[in-house]
Amino acid sequence: MTNQSPILAVADLSVDLGGRSILRDVSFDLYPGQLCALIGENGAGKTTLLRTLLGLITQRAGTVRIGAAPAREHRELVGYVPQKINFDPDLPLRTRDLVRLGLDGQRLGLPFFDGRTRYAVDQALQAVGAEDFADQRVGELSGGQQQRAVIAHALVRKPRLLILDEPLANLDFGSANALVDLLGRLIVQQQMTVLVTAHDMNPLIPVMDRLVYLVDGRAATGTVAEVVQAEVLSKLYGYPVSVLHHGGRILVLPDAPENADVANMNRCAGHGA
Amino acid sequence: MFSSFMINTWIAGTAIALVAALVGYFVVIRHSAFAAHALPLGAFPGAAAANLLGVNPFVGLLVFVGMGVLLLRQLARIGRRDVGTGLLLVLFLGVGALFLSMTSEYAPEVFSLLFGEMLGVSDADLWPILGICALVSVVMITIFRPLLLDSSFPDLAALQGISAARMDLIFLSLLALVTASALPVVGAFLVFTLLVGPPAAAQSLSVHPLRSLLLAVIFAESCIWSAIALSYWTNWPIGFFVGMLGAGLFTLARSYRHWSQRERPVVQVSGL
Ligand SMILES: Nc1ncnc2c1ncn2[C@@H]1O[C@H](COP(=O)(O)OP(=O)(O)OP(=O)(O)O)[C@@H](O)[C@H]1O
Ligand SMILES: [Mg+2]
Repeated sequence: MTNQSPILAVADLSVDLGGRSILRDVSFDLYPGQLCALIGENGAGKTTLLRTLLGLITQRAGTVRIGAAPAREHRELVGYVPQKINFDPDLPLRTRDLVRLGLDGQRLGLPFFDGRTRYAVDQALQAVGAEDFADQRVGELSGGQQQRAVIAHALVRKPRLLILDEPLANLDFGSANALVDLLGRLIVQQQMTVLVTAHDMNPLIPVMDRLVYLVDGRAATGTVAEVVQAEVLSKLYGYPVSVLHHGGRILVLPDAPENADVANMNRCAGHGA
Repeated sequence: MFSSFMINTWIAGTAIALVAALVGYFVVIRHSAFAAHALPLGAFPGAAAANLLGVNPFVGLLVFVGMGVLLLRQLARIGRRDVGTGLLLVLFLGVGALFLSMTSEYAPEVFSLLFGEMLGVSDADLWPILGICALVSVVMITIFRPLLLDSSFPDLAALQGISAARMDLIFLSLLALVTASALPVVGAFLVFTLLVGPPAAAQSLSVHPLRSLLLAVIFAESCIWSAIALSYWTNWPIGFFVGMLGAGLFTLARSYRHWSQRERPVVQVSGL
């Protein structure tokens, strides 16, 4: 892997929002064909990190390079599925129109469909299983369906890096598994690189190559085996934690729960669930 | 009804309805109805100031509506656009009232710019109106796709290199131009109906982006043509008919949508 150049290189990234320091010295590299999970509790800074990578937020310090160029210059290489998806119910846009805008929404002129466009859109709809609601108003779809529509919107221009923010949070068990399978297929079949955030790492363990574990804006990165260790995570959390393996699942818990307060307990990502 | 002095009204009305529908399509999608109400009111201080200074009211209007666009842009930057828009609206009315109070003579131009005038379109007025309408139509059709994506989901648009700030500025400028062109016929207070009624009705009836755009144009043309004809026969103000027809169209279309949604069977969706 390391003989290739990284598709995404993040170095010493620090971000402030509203006068507060949100991310501190975050560094990691992603290589083509890898799936990286960005794990952290609510408010850890996952969304902020992704939006900075995409150039939607400007960092205080550090660099982001996508495909060896500064992030803003290579946006067409990136597909993004935001955490909050909420289309206006009256929007005159079918699922297939939304997907189509992912292909050439930046171009000028009216969005007529030609054969090539229709084919590309159908492929993307099929990849996420959205054919059934392709002609429905996006704003009238359920949350999970809107998310699939946006994934198709991101996939249609065949990005090399796909970034998804909490895609599993609103899905039922079956849909979550199906999405994890889809991400696995994308990295294997299309050499796509995937960066996906979650508060629970367990559903992603079968497919993830790398892990960025975010606690209060600071990150530990590496493989699951390298990062999810009591020693590494205790340092990150700033208090002792244990890593428990149980039935193929990983739990991170604060030590001595009879002494630890409940707040600390909840601060550990990947617990229970 | 089609005598030579009415012909100008028909031509101008047709052009105005076209651009009002095109720009109004995005007024509705972008939830900018309040801005579309406030901006045309720049005509009031504009016309009053022009009256005071003895210049063409059209010029006064362009100056004030243009300032309105810049103010709205600045207000958008500091947040709470709705509050800012409301403050701008009252600012326009207040300044207009001040200018009117400075002159003792009755100002019919001011009244006709606010409420429209059937026979208000002279040959000299017609060409600027048609020019503005042609410009607005071309720009609108050119930026349709990026503006549609930006209006639907700004973050996704930004990722494709579409600047939300630039889209907003273009959109507000087009809105200002439509306002300016519509004034001699339907007036500042009533152009609002053409901007929101037909597009909102069209978008309720069709989910297809281009079909709903076409439908919006058809609705707007039907509105203005009927209003001109009815106004001609009854001698009532054209603005009254535009207001009635726009509101009626919207109500009918929304009712139809609610009714048809109730009737439609729930679509079963299989897993991923
Ligand atoms: N616009 C903003 N201005 C100021 N602070 C912000 C802003 N947006 C986010 N924050 C703060 O940044 C921190 C990180 O937020 P972020 O949305 O990145 O968290 P997250 O890890 O994505 O959380 P979640 O799992 O809930 O989505 C939070 O403490 C939040 O309060
Ligand atoms: Mg988040």
